[in-house]
Amino acid sequence: MMILLFFVLSVICVGSVLGMIISKNQAYSALFLVLAFSCLGGLFGMLGAPFMAVVQIIIYAGAIMVLFIFVIMMINLRKGISPERKKWTLAVSAVISVVLLAELVFAVLGTPPMPYTAAFSSGTSPTDIGRLLFTKYLYPFEITSVLIIAALVGAIVLVKKREKE
Amino acid sequence: MIPASYFFLLSVVLFVLGIIAFFLKRDLITQLMAVEIMLNAANLAFLALAKSSNFLDAQVIVFFIITVAAAEAAIGLAIVMLIFRQKKSIKTEDMRSMKG
Amino acid sequence: MTEIFWLIPFVPAASALVLILFGRRLPKRYVSFQACGAVFVSFGLAAFSFFGLLNTSPEHGPLIKTLFSWIGVGAFKAGFSFQFDPLSAIMALVVTGVGFLIHIYSVGYMSQDKGYTRYFAHLNLFTFAMLVLVLASNMVLMFVGWEGVGLCSYLLIGFWFEKPSAAKAGMKAFIVNRIGDAGFILGILFLVMTVGSSEFSAIAAAVGNGLLSQGLATLIAILLFIGACGKSAQLPLHVWLPDAMEGPTPVSALIHAATMVTAGVYMVARLNVLYTFSGTVGPIIALVGALTAVFAATMALVQNDIKRVLAYSTISQLGYMFIGCGVGAYAAGIFHLYTHAFFKSLLFLAAGSVIHALSGEQDMRRMGGLKKYLPWTYPVFLVGAVAIAGVPFLSGFFSKDAILTRAFGQRQYVIWVLGLAGAVMTAFYMFRLIFLTFYGVERLDPEAKKHLHESPKVMTVPLAILAFFSITAGYVGLPAVLGKKADVFGRFLEPVIKPAAEGHLGLGTEWFLILISVVVALLGIFIAHTFYLKKPGIPHGLVARFPRIYKLIYNKYYVDEIYDGAVINPLITGSEWIYAHFDLKVVDGTVNNSASAVGFFGKILSYLQTGLVKDYALIFLLGIVIFIGVLLF
Repeated sequence: MMILLFFVLSVICVGSVLGMIISKNQAYSALFLVLAFSCLGGLFGMLGAPFMAVVQIIIYAGAIMVLFIFVIMMINLRKGISPERKKWTLAVSAVISVVLLAELVFAVLGTPPMPYTAAFSSGTSPTDIGRLLFTKYLYPFEITSVLIIAALVGAIVLVKKREKE
Repeated sequence: MIPASYFFLLSVVLFVLGIIAFFLKRDLITQLMAVEIMLNAANLAFLALAKSSNFLDAQVIVFFIITVAAAEAAIGLAIVMLIFRQKKSIKTEDMRSMKG
Repeated sequence: MTEIFWLIPFVPAASALVLILFGRRLPKRYVSFQACGAVFVSFGLAAFSFFGLLNTSPEHGPLIKTLFSWIGVGAFKAGFSFQFDPLSAIMALVVTGVGFLIHIYSVGYMSQDKGYTRYFAHLNLFTFAMLVLVLASNMVLMFVGWEGVGLCSYLLIGFWFEKPSAAKAGMKAFIVNRIGDAGFILGILFLVMTVGSSEFSAIAAAVGNGLLSQGLATLIAILLFIGACGKSAQLPLHVWLPDAMEGPTPVSALIHAATMVTAGVYMVARLNVLYTFSGTVGPIIALVGALTAVFAATMALVQNDIKRVLAYSTISQLGYMFIGCGVGAYAAGIFHLYTHAFFKSLLFLAAGSVIHALSGEQDMRRMGGLKKYLPWTYPVFLVGAVAIAGVPFLSGFFSKDAILTRAFGQRQYVIWVLGLAGAVMTAFYMFRLIFLTFYGVERLDPEAKKHLHESPKVMTVPLAILAFFSITAGYVGLPAVLGKKADVFGRFLEPVIKPAAEGHLGLGTEWFLILISVVVALLGIFIAHTFYLKKPGIPHGLVARFPRIYKLIYNKYYVDEIYDGAVINPLITGSEWIYAHFDLKVVDGTVNNSASAVGFFGKILSYLQTGLVKDYALIFLLGIVIFIGVLLF
């Protein structure tokens, strides 16, 4: 049952990423990506990470992709941009990508299968993650909040139209 | 239970698809999307690792990755906006003022 | 409390710093107050330390205060340390005392100048450097002061830098001094090499325990004396001092008469142990001094510029000081330095007063009959002239006599005769100056006569004080015939300068020598009187009869022209040739070609920099693939 769900989700995921690549329209690409990220959220849930699954759907499929769509809307290119035409770049990148894929697959398959250990001793509920965030990872957590503020201010400053000009 | 290597393989496929998308596309926005795909592939690998090694900290790292990705997307898209305003284009081959 | 002496140089230094940094915003009255006040405080400290020194017994050795270690390279150390002993005490008193009076005088003399603040800043800086020079306890720090006074001298000679001749004179002084300084530096290096330290005490010790061989000591002594020749304008490096008269007159009085130019004498006296030990250098110094004394005096005979006469006179008097050092009478040399500081600065300042009164006129041919117009300047000028001429009972007589007596006593008869010849000429040219300036017919420019006025109080009072010292300063060093205790000055210096061992001359001989000195001085005055008052035709007759000799002397023996022809012009031509052939072609060529080679390869490499983000990412990706491959296999 679970394995069926896994295959369904991963096929949709890979398929929508392929769709995103093929689609010439940026808006369609973004929507394909929303689908792919939602499927990934499901996969996260299957990996015993319900909090991450929710965060994935809210932040990625929700916030970030909406941001993309906003920008696409503002820039508003009527017709999409055709894919790369420089044969040389395409050929080299294709070769390298295939080599990378082969290397990574080899790495995954070469690693002895890891048996799942017993269930999380500390549990995997959002409560446990929250506890970890505010104890062991307190400083990184606070620093990410500073990062977010900086990104917010930076984005506003960058995009703001200067009155003088 | 699904073997962890399945998740790893999916992650690898997604990552390479992200790379291909990055090189195939010519506009900055879609290339940024490709970067997001790669980040998600990494997230998937982390969570699979968390599950198989019974290590909750990996989930926290994924949390941080998502946060950084959000910040990156905000700044990246702001820069795209700025470039579009100045050059009236978002094609990567138009950005070559750094050519030697 | 006795260690307070180390503050002496820093008061003028602080004042100079304030004037340089904030001088523009300060009111003129305050500038004069601060500049003079700083030197006066310095003088007070020097006097205080001097009396402290009088009350301590000489066995204590010199007071030494090390402020910090300045250079420490391996075994060699040079401290920023000051030394206070009788010699430096006298020098510090002269520098600050005469310096203070000249500062006061400058307030009046420079009052109309637009560079007023700059002038006082440099004058204070000079005082600082000079005090460092005389208070330093090692050669390296002394060299700092030595170069410091050279710099200030350059700045002040070229004070009116918009005048090309002044700027040129400043450069000339600087460059000629450099030649001497090369010798000085080499001397210091040799000292450090052999003795391992440049402290005066260590040098004396090295001489004492035989660390220094006599040959090496002679070499060092000669090298250092070359430095002294440059600074004290001795033959053949005297050419800069007459030109230095382009600076303001108080500067000539302070730097080019009373203090800086005597640094060479001070240095030789300070290292008297070394000079006595080397033995052979003494006669050389005495000969150079005597030749300079006569040579400069002859040039002073025919100059028409009032300040240039005094400049040659200074060179000549410095020659006497070196005679003193050369014949082993270091104390007498310093004694002459001390009296000379008073009467020569008096003469310069009085000459400045005359120039001031005549709105800048320096040519004696356009003076004359000024006696009645300058009721203050005339008597003090006369006092200075009488003192330098060697008329008995004034300071110059005692000091010059001490040197000449000693030369005679050492059986250096050539030196003695040269010294006497110089003395006749000294008396002659000083009174020629007096007669041409203050007596006879008025040859004034009508325009200058309209503004003719006596100088203000701020200028005449320092003159009066200096005149007082010109008369009395000699009484601390009476000749030996008046009893063994008469030479207070020499006995005060004994901790630094060991009195020579040999016995004194007979009483009769001494009186005879004094008589000759008196006769010589009066003879010079008498000749001047005859030539320039009684029968003014004689000088013209002489010029007409010996036109060649007159021309030779009037043109300063063509020394400048010889230097131009022998050194300066070949240097300039050679430099231009090297510039055209070596600099432009080889040096510039190397630089330009290597730069264009780098540019060429850079151009090739820059093709990698396509500016396309995808190409960069591709290379990045290739790197990752290789990296993972390496990790895997």
